[in-house]
Amino acid sequence: MATNQGGRACAVWFGGDALNLSVQLGKLTLQNPVTVASGTFGYGVEYAQLLDLNQLGAVTVKGIRLHPVRGNPTPRTAEVTSGLLNAIGLQGPGVDGFIQKYWPFLKGLRVPTIINIWGTTVEEYAEVARRFDALGGVGALELNVSCPNIKEGGAQFGTDCHLLAQVVAACRRATALPLITKLSPNVVSIAPYAKAAEDAGSDALAITNSYPAMAIDIETRRPRLANVTGGLTGPCIKPIAIKLVWEAAKAVKIPIIGMGGVQTAADAIEFMMAGATAVAVGTANFYEPQTALTVIAGLRAFMERNQIQDVSELVGSVQTPGRKSAPATANRPAKSPVENPPAGGYVGPQ
Amino acid sequence: MLGAAMLEQTVQIVANERDRNLYFRLVMRAPQIAPLVQPGQFAHLRIPPLKAALLRRPFSIFQVEDDTFSILYKTVGQGTEVLSRMRAGEELSAIGPLGHGFTTPRAGGETPLLVAGGYGMAAMFLLAQRSPQNGIVFVGGRRREDILCEDEFRALGWEVRATTEDGSYGEKGLVTQPLLAEIQNPKSKIRNYKLFACGPTPMLKAVGALAAEFDVPAELSMDEHMCCGVGVCLTCVIPVKSGDGWKYQRTCTEGPVFDARQIVWEGIR
Ligand SMILES: Cc1cc2nc3c(=O)[nH]c(=O)nc-3n(C[C@H](O)[C@H](O)[C@H](O)COP(=O)(O)OP(=O)(O)OC[C@H]3O[C@@H](n4cnc5c(N)ncnc54)[C@H](O)[C@@H]3O)c2cc1C
Ligand SMILES: Cc1cc2nc3c(=O)[nH]c(=O)nc-3n(C[C@H](O)[C@H](O)[C@H](O)COP(=O)(O)O)c2cc1C
Ligand code: FES
Repeated sequence: MATNQGGRACAVWFGGDALNLSVQLGKLTLQNPVTVASGTFGYGVEYAQLLDLNQLGAVTVKGIRLHPVRGNPTPRTAEVTSGLLNAIGLQGPGVDGFIQKYWPFLKGLRVPTIINIWGTTVEEYAEVARRFDALGGVGALELNVSCPNIKEGGAQFGTDCHLLAQVVAACRRATALPLITKLSPNVVSIAPYAKAAEDAGSDALAITNSYPAMAIDIETRRPRLANVTGGLTGPCIKPIAIKLVWEAAKAVKIPIIGMGGVQTAADAIEFMMAGATAVAVGTANFYEPQTALTVIAGLRAFMERNQIQDVSELVGSVQTPGRKSAPATANRPAKSPVENPPAGGYVGPQ
Repeated sequence: MLGAAMLEQTVQIVANERDRNLYFRLVMRAPQIAPLVQPGQFAHLRIPPLKAALLRRPFSIFQVEDDTFSILYKTVGQGTEVLSRMRAGEELSAIGPLGHGFTTPRAGGETPLLVAGGYGMAAMFLLAQRSPQNGIVFVGGRRREDILCEDEFRALGWEVRATTEDGSYGEKGLVTQPLLAEIQNPKSKIRNYKLFACGPTPMLKAVGALAAEFDVPAELSMDEHMCCGVGVCLTCVIPVKSGDGWKYQRTCTEGPVFDARQIVWEGIR
């Protein structure tokens, strides 16, 4: 035993135990940069028999508002080429139901829980934030301002910079918990939204939620979702999400959780190179519940192969034209968007 | 808090053979899953040759033998087509056993009357096999080739009454006709019975209506589209009674088997 420990202490710097996979989201430390996406992992407990939740960076739970929500009629999901369309309608137990039914399990985990919250008014967001602040032991709150499947909630806050800032500021006043603002992809340019969230006190961003989309059954001539339209997720959205993360990373200093079609360590690394500090596995959980763990293992292997000691070295390390070399330990790209315009021209904050 | 035991396992195909027409039988070696299976539960299969179609496909567990379990499936789309071309020795990933299945009848309790349509027969075989008393299976289909695995039920000592809509086999008509006749038959030896059904939704609805009319207990296995199969995505919900109102419950977790009296049929497609 003692010999073994001694051996570990003497490990060369790029040996397994010397790798640093931990990352910071505001004051929240994750043991590794891989979490799961809200709505694709239930409340954690459902997957507890299929993988060791304590290996994750964090568990992120399904969106919760103050009161229970029944959700949309069925069909609620439809499989499409390399993706999934969903319009669940944020079904959930409400704050009290969550605390009673799921919190006893979650608070027993060794890894933090990120609670995804939403409301239909600024006040409701703040009230939910206050309730979870009072609960104690919550890792962070993720503000969902970007659900495409709810008329009066979600997306309207994510596609209006002023409303977005109000929601974030109200939650900031309501809690000292780390706040992660989950942005909508359904905007002309994400930079001003990212900046608005940062300026209003968000500690981190989550990019991206699902893309508004639609599919039709040609035999019945009916939409394949009862809600008619839904949100598109899965591998088919990854390149679009990578671009959003890259653009947002140039606009803000706060860390980003990148998501959209992560299935492999290579996908996660791509998000990190684009500027994400952490990643979330979403739709892939549905077909391969072990995905997050294989991503973590693959990330470790990539770091060893490339002699990367600290996973943060990957963050923002993409080499775009006009950039000479990757920053050694950068947390984000060294250059501002104006100095380093993307091909096609930078669409500045309007 | 944790549900019934389930796990993910790489399973090897032992056999994958055509039963008849569009129906196939797939036997998989699954030493960890097989011993856990209860009647009416299902397995969620990832079919590796499918690339752009991401999701697993749910199938009722048909038979369990030693360290294997099998499914009886119909080719209806891309996943089941590809599955039908897989060969012995190839591997799949299975999550199972999943869902809340049928209540196995008690010795000396009600006589089970099973009602099945199409591959619904597969979901009921274990129930018949593990039931301490034999009952009757009412099986219906459009044509003769939709009447599956009758011989297996007969081999257990069960009576099988078949109906086909085109009259090509058994009695002509719907499966609920002989069922109704049995329920109403004054000369029937069966006093105390319970209905168990699995098949297309209109059939389940008809069985539910009979159960309500004659005030007999019935358990129905509902067929809803699924995504995760383990209760996280909330795709597979159906409306069930709750207090004075109703709420959505998950077919993959609280179901697929529900007490017929709980189901709110107006809310089901
Ligand atoms: C609990 C349960 C038990 C089942 N047991 C059996 C069985 O024993 N034998 C059998 O042949 N079939 C069974 N089915 C139906 C089977 O899952 C579908 O036929 C299969 O998923 C079709 O896949 P596909 O790729 O061939 O079809 P596609 O039409 O290409 O599939 C497209 C999508 O729709 C879903 N889908 C299509 N039809 C159904 C359906 N009827 N029910 C649920 N999802 C569907 C698929 O899973 C997939 O996500 C069961 C379904 C459920 C929910
Ligand atoms: C079925 C389903 C339910 C979702 N529910 C939520 C939710 O409640 N709150 C939220 O912020 N995002 C929700 N999302 C979005 C995901 O968290 C994630 O942003 C998106 O799926 C992109 O990642 P992916 O491509 O890896 O799935 C949901 C996605 C899916 C597929
Ligand atoms: S299929 Fe995901 S909850 Fe039932």
